[in-house]
Amino acid sequence: MDFGPHLMLASLEGAVTAAILALTAMGLSIVFGVMRVVNVAHGEFYMLGAVLAWVVASMVGASPALGFVAALVVAPLIVGCIAVVADRVILQRVEYDPDRTIVATIGLLYIIQQTTLMTFGPDARPVEPPFNDRLALPWFELGESGFEMFWPWGLSITSYKLFVIFAAMAILTALWLLMTRSKAGLIMRATQQDSETAQAFGIPVGRVYSYVFGLGAGLAAVGAVLVVPIQQAHYLMGHDPLLLSFIVVIIGGLGSLPGTVIAAFLIGMSDGIISVFFTPTLAKIFATLVVALVLVFRPQGLLGRVER
Amino acid sequence: MSDTKRSHLLHLGVIAVLFALFFVLPAYHVGNLSRIMVLAVYAMGFNLLFGYTGLLSLGHALFFATGMYGLGMAMNSFGIAAEPALLIGLICAVVMAAVVGFLALRTSGVAFMIVTLMFAQAGYLTILYFGAYTRGDEGFVIPQPDRMIAGIDITGETARYFAALILFAVVFLLIAHVVRSPFGRTLVAIRENEERTRMLGYDTDRHKLKAVILSGTISGLAGAAYALLFGYAGATFATVQYSIFPLLWVLLGGAGTTLGPIIGVAFMFYLIDLSSSVTQAYMLIAGVVLVLLTLFAPQGLAGELRRRVMRWLP
Repeated sequence: MDFGPHLMLASLEGAVTAAILALTAMGLSIVFGVMRVVNVAHGEFYMLGAVLAWVVASMVGASPALGFVAALVVAPLIVGCIAVVADRVILQRVEYDPDRTIVATIGLLYIIQQTTLMTFGPDARPVEPPFNDRLALPWFELGESGFEMFWPWGLSITSYKLFVIFAAMAILTALWLLMTRSKAGLIMRATQQDSETAQAFGIPVGRVYSYVFGLGAGLAAVGAVLVVPIQQAHYLMGHDPLLLSFIVVIIGGLGSLPGTVIAAFLIGMSDGIISVFFTPTLAKIFATLVVALVLVFRPQGLLGRVER
Repeated sequence: MSDTKRSHLLHLGVIAVLFALFFVLPAYHVGNLSRIMVLAVYAMGFNLLFGYTGLLSLGHALFFATGMYGLGMAMNSFGIAAEPALLIGLICAVVMAAVVGFLALRTSGVAFMIVTLMFAQAGYLTILYFGAYTRGDEGFVIPQPDRMIAGIDITGETARYFAALILFAVVFLLIAHVVRSPFGRTLVAIRENEERTRMLGYDTDRHKLKAVILSGTISGLAGAAYALLFGYAGATFATVQYSIFPLLWVLLGGAGTTLGPIIGVAFMFYLIDLSSSVTQAYMLIAGVVLVLLTLFAPQGLAGELRRRVMRWLP
């Protein structure tokens, strides 16, 4: 394959990564934005979404498509409910104190992860995609006889991966509408700006926090359900998404939702492209150093505002 | 009795108890305790930055691993004797801490956490990348005959215990001294209110940099000592998990207390030791304990002790 088609393939793979990452990181970003807490257990909610997707899909069993749709609805709901309970039982009682929340969510991380290990087991398990046709992609080049189109061998994408990209875009749009056009979004934004004043205006801040925590976890779970047909469900799969989501949220600017999407796109794409052309380890060293230096010289992130 | 005298007695008492424990405990626990003491040095280094200065670093494994590999590589690849190798490990840690501190301290809060985390991650990946020399995840063993300090073979259980105890005692007393000194007081002032400390005329940036360097050096010393005493260096010690561990130990034991680190390490060590004999998913118990602690003892074990019984606890 030539450089051009190769690059296109890499960016398509990158776009899939970016789509999943955008959903997961958005969950973390909303939780941080509204509640001002760092949720270290976010990666485990992601893992739980994937594992539950497998459970639901194998329970339905009839056809892959039906099982997948059921998983897409049920798994995020269950994960959201678990998060709401965790918020009520633990986070609300430590009063969202930053340090204590971090420790409590580290504890939560181990509880979820190890409980999954005990019930689901240490094996990686696949979920069958609802549809998985291979779509060959054309490539255009200026040849001897003018501009011509041909089909390079190996330049293709599965229909499912395309679906993931569009599904993520649809969900993010829906989320944006929810935040900017609905009453629930208004309440969330009010709580984000000033929780005390919001409380004074009769907003049940405690309940808003619980729902926001549930929503954040649910978003991670949606990302995970979308990813299980590509990548198998495993009890340790939460690590990388957690780290990457953190990077995305910070780079995008804390609490800035558009920033999160842009950063997810940048990091997902560069991850896809860099790891195709360079050795993965060198690429990762480079990427982590860039992230660190961006933060050193622009601590508020790309779209974040300086708080004074 | 004045508080200063009391705290001197307390620290010397802890060291005396650890000395006495060697003669009381069975061999298995003696081995555990030497490991606990070395890890407690790591925790104390972390505590100086987190507990006293209020800077939460999620990348301390970088310093631990720097000390570990500084010593390990010097001994294994260049055949340097243990004492100069220890010094090399220490110097590497100082330099690393200075560089990371200089860059990372331009940020604060959550960004500081992430920047240190990223540097540590880059360090871990670098160790993997140069796997030909560092042996990557697999790690390497430092041959037993080389592990001699001042002519004493420290691979035996007895010598190792006392080497660990001496190291622990030195750092323990050093920290106890530092946190009572004007420098340590300033660090606490920075933790409580950085703006006000600056307003009072202290150069907070320089104090924070010094704290990072001192903290990183102690952590590096712990790493070098760990490699020397237990004869193994591996990339596992540079992973995120080893950055999280000191945070857990210190929070368990009590952040900003001199006793906290050793209590936290010992508690966690035996918690995992006991629960791993019960179930394979032993970290579940660690998770539950963490949640319970944040709910019922947010200041850690030593912190609760200070709040309820001994208000003078340093």
